[in-house]
Order: sequence, then structure tokens, then C-alpha cells
Amino acid sequence: MNNWVVAPLLIPLFTAVILIFLHNKLKLQRWISLISSMLNVCVAIYLMVQVRTTGIQTLNMSGWAPPYGIVLVADMFAVLLVLAASIVSACCLLYSFRGIDEERERHYFYTLVHFMLAGVNGSFLTGDLFNLFVCFELMLMSSYALIVLGGTKRQFRETLHYILINVLSSTLFVASVAYLYGATGTLNLAHLSMRIAESGQTGPITVVSALLLVVFSVKAGLFLFFWLPGSYGAPPAAISALFGALLTKVGMYALIRTFTLIFYHEVQVTHMLIGTMAVATIILGGFGAVSQTNVNRILGYNVIASIGFISLALAVSNHDALQGAVFYLVHDMIVKALLFLLAGILVAETGTERVNRMGGVLSHSPLLGWMFLIASLAVVGIPPLSGFPGKLLIIQGSIEDGQYILAAAGVILTLMLLYSLIKIFILGFWGKARRPREAHWKQSRKLLLSSAPLMMLIIFMGVFAEPVMPYVQRAADILTDPSIYIQAVFKE
Amino acid sequence: MPKGSDIFLQNISKVVVFIILAFALYLFFTGHGSPGGGFIAGLMSAGALLLLALAFDIDTVRKVIPFDFKLITAIGLLIALCTGTGALFFGEPFLKHAFGYFQLPLLGKTELHTALIFDLGVYLAVVGVTMTILLTIGEDN
Repeated sequence: MNNWVVAPLLIPLFTAVILIFLHNKLKLQRWISLISSMLNVCVAIYLMVQVRTTGIQTLNMSGWAPPYGIVLVADMFAVLLVLAASIVSACCLLYSFRGIDEERERHYFYTLVHFMLAGVNGSFLTGDLFNLFVCFELMLMSSYALIVLGGTKRQFRETLHYILINVLSSTLFVASVAYLYGATGTLNLAHLSMRIAESGQTGPITVVSALLLVVFSVKAGLFLFFWLPGSYGAPPAAISALFGALLTKVGMYALIRTFTLIFYHEVQVTHMLIGTMAVATIILGGFGAVSQTNVNRILGYNVIASIGFISLALAVSNHDALQGAVFYLVHDMIVKALLFLLAGILVAETGTERVNRMGGVLSHSPLLGWMFLIASLAVVGIPPLSGFPGKLLIIQGSIEDGQYILAAAGVILTLMLLYSLIKIFILGFWGKARRPREAHWKQSRKLLLSSAPLMMLIIFMGVFAEPVMPYVQRAADILTDPSIYIQAVFKE
Repeated sequence: MPKGSDIFLQNISKVVVFIILAFALYLFFTGHGSPGGGFIAGLMSAGALLLLALAFDIDTVRKVIPFDFKLITAIGLLIALCTGTGALFFGEPFLKHAFGYFQLPLLGKTELHTALIFDLGVYLAVVGVTMTILLTIGEDN
């Protein structure tokens, strides 16, 4: 039992509730949000150190032993993602002090962000399938409110798509949870894994796993992503950054967790399906990114394509590939947040979202330009930056397994994403300034400062990949050997 | 509906509202060991208030309960969270509850447990959320 495991959930929840009382005091709200998110980062680091020194930490909520009660499990994979989510949200909050208008701030913006963060952290930490559903809902409810907050026409239109698709997939989620409970009599992830290993992954269970695959794919934007580019572009940059960095990754986490811990027996069916969807996502996402001219849409397709890329690793599921998946997932959360934040500044500076109407931003804000270029190179995976180790491991893993098509798709994707991001750089930053906006410069400098920590982190993760690797290795160990997870849950 | 236009509905609801609220109270206290609890009691109470709003109008409800329902939600959440967190200070797992038997005047030997405080939080949160939703829809013409 370790009560620290629940802290990444409790801190945002308490903050969210307290901020409801203070919704008219903007300064106080900002300070409390900032302190709370910093606290969250510290707690996540502390948890990570604990997990490294003493192994997986668990907490049986209200003292009920698993599988009867709900258990929270902090293994290395979950803790790394909690840490990344905390850092990303802290930076996005810092950005939103200047990047979000006061009207939104007064209408519970910070409360909603903290509720969403509680849902995200809860989804990473929970060891129970139904609890996962609850945390998903907490996260989605807040995201519904965040996406419509401000109420512009475009937001209303995109919110409708977003809510409909998510309500549908949530319904399917509950239904498949019910099927699974009917078939196995348990919803504890570790217990499910044991039961299915004993009885064998029979036909009906494989069907349920396919249903869950559909559910998580909708949330992650794997193949079923048609709603994503529009919805993520509608709200202001700070909110898009949170969505792009956190929401799809939670779906991806759920996919990796369930298909490495529970449904790993019928690889030729489920993982084959995941592989096919991954390649399709990569192709469609890559072409989407190349063909668009709207900055937010290009980034939206980038999010989709990288989800496809991480799913490649899940389809292969050997140690190297999963190591790559963990590394790339953490990297992707950070770098996508950074790209969305920088794109927000770019759009504010030029006054348009279309790249072919931009130009010449480099001349009056060079820092923004170079930061954007470095972030783009990190997405693509140029060596000293953080995208490289993850990409290398995933491609290496697929070649080891003889999955040459998957490896080739990954490499081709890299080129497409490079093209799409460099297109923004060339059209947006080079050339003659079309719309000089000197007045904006002061504000965007502060905004750049708040995205700088993310920037440093992607450089750090790339240059010092060696000290980061043991953590990633530990996470991949658990993903390849479910018995470690099961033993940790049932040890008490 | 203009005020005072439906005398039957108004007079009957004046009585029925209290019956519903009493039943909600019963559900709330019985919830620990048998079906009931803060959630269903909260919905029931919100139903009673909704009846009041239908029979009279929203302004009457606002006069009966002169608080901001959003704040009631927040207070409820805060109570529930604090009860759950209380366990941490005694070195127990999160949400662990404590109970004891007390000799109370009138009621005699009674079981009191912290889960009831948690349920009170749930009750307030449910009433607050439901009423916020209903009143927001009701105001929107």
C-alpha cells in the first residue's frame, strides 16, 4: 500500500474544486493552478524514484484487496506518462495565463483543465477496467466543456462532431466492459490477464478485444480519426496543445496496456488488425499532413500519424519495439504540446491559419522560427533530438521481427511529416513579411518563455537518452512480461 | 406559464414536494446497508425542486434556495474529497472509512460512520449538478 499513488489524481481534483469558489479572482486562480501543477510534477518525480528503487507501487482503494476492490497501480510505464502529462499541463497552464482571454478564464477554464488532468492521470494509474472507463469519462466531460468554451461558431460545429463520436464510443466501451465481465467475471486488469491466460483467449473474448480495440482507436485517433483534425483546431492554442498532447495518448496508453497485459494470446488476429490499422493511419495521416494548408490541421494530422507510428510498435510487440513505443509516447506528448503552442503564437502573429497567406515571421521573431524548426526536427527524429531513439527502436524492433512493411511505412512517414512541417517553416517564416505585427511581439515573447521548458526537455531527452533508457527499459520489461504486473497487484 | 395559473398543480405540489424530500432523506440514511444513498437521494431531491419549478416558476425555486447551485456542487465535491483524504492522515488507504456505535439521545444506540459524510458530499454534488443543468436549460428561451 502506498498512498502516494493516488496523489496525482487528488491534487488536480482538489485544485479544480477550490478554483470553482474563486472563479472571479483571476490572479489567485492562476497562482493556485501554477503551484498545483508544479506540485504534481514533483509528486510524479517522487513516484518515479519510488518505482525505480522498490518496484511497482499499488494502492488498494479503501482497503479492499484486489480483485474485489479498485486498485491503483503505478508501474514505470504509467509513472513516466503521468510525469510527462504533468510537465505538459504545467507548461500549457503557464502559456494560458497570456494566451487565453479573461472571459474564458472566468468561465472555469482552470477548473476544467484540472478536472481533465485528474482524468488523464487516473486513466494512467488505474488497474481496473471499469475505473478506466470512469477516468476516461472524467477526462472527456472536461474536454467537451473545454472545446466549446468561448462559443464561437466553429467551436460549436466541431464540438457536435466531437461529442457525438465520443458518446458513441463510450457506449461501446461500457457494452464491451459488460461483455468482458460476463465472460470472465472480473474487471481487475491483472485478474483479467490471469483468468484469460488460464481459460485461453477463446473466440468470444477475442471479439470483445476487437470491440475494445475500436473504442480505444476512436479515442486515440488510430484509423478512426476523421473527427480529430477539425476538433483539435477549433479551440485556442493552449487547449489544442493539451488535447493534442494528452487525450489521444491516453487512448494509446489504454491500447498498449490492454493488448500487452490481457489480450496477447491471439496475436495473429488482434495484433495483425492493429498492424493493418497502423499502416492505414500512417498513410492517411501522412497524406493528410502533406495536403493541408491550415496550420492547425497539419498539426492535427501529425498527431494522427504519430499515433499510427506508435501502434506499429504495438503490432510488433517485442521488447525493442515496446521500449521504442514508451520512449516515443513520452517524446510525442512533449513535442506535440510544443508544436501546438508555437503554432498558436505563429497564428497570432500573422493573423491567419493558412500557411500560404503567411510569410516573413522569421525577420521579426527569429526565436519563434528556430524553436519551431527544432520542434519539427524532433518530430521527424533527427538524431540529437528526442524523436530519434524512440523511432530507431521501433523500426529496429519491426525489422527484428521480419515486419519489413511496417518498418518501411514508418520510414516513409518520417519523410512525409518532415515535408509537412518544413512547409509551415518555409511558407510561414521565410520570405517577405506580409503583415508586420510589432505590437504582438511583447506578448509572444512571454508565451515563448512558457513553452521553453518543453523545448529544453526534447533536447535533454535526445542528448541524454542514455540515462533515460533504464527507465524506459523497466517500463518495457513489464509490457513484455505480464506476470510482473500481476504479481505486484496480488502481492499483499 | 404565468404565475398562479394552475391552482391544482400548485397546491398539490406544495404537499408532494415535502413527501418527496422526506423520502429522499430516508433513502439517504438507509443507503449504507441497503439500496439508496447520496446519489439517488440527490436525484430525488432535485426532482422535488424541479416539480416546484414546474408548478410555480424558476424564480420561486431560486427564492426557496437562495444559493448558487454551482457552489453547492463545489461544496459537495469538497466534502466528498476531504472525507476520502482524511484516511491518509491515519495511515490508511485512500477512501477507507471509519465507524463506531454511539449512544444518542432519542435514537438510542446508533451506528455512525464517515461514509455518511462522503455520501452527504455526493448528495450535494448531485443536487447541484442536476439543478444547474435544469435551470440552465429552463432559462434558455
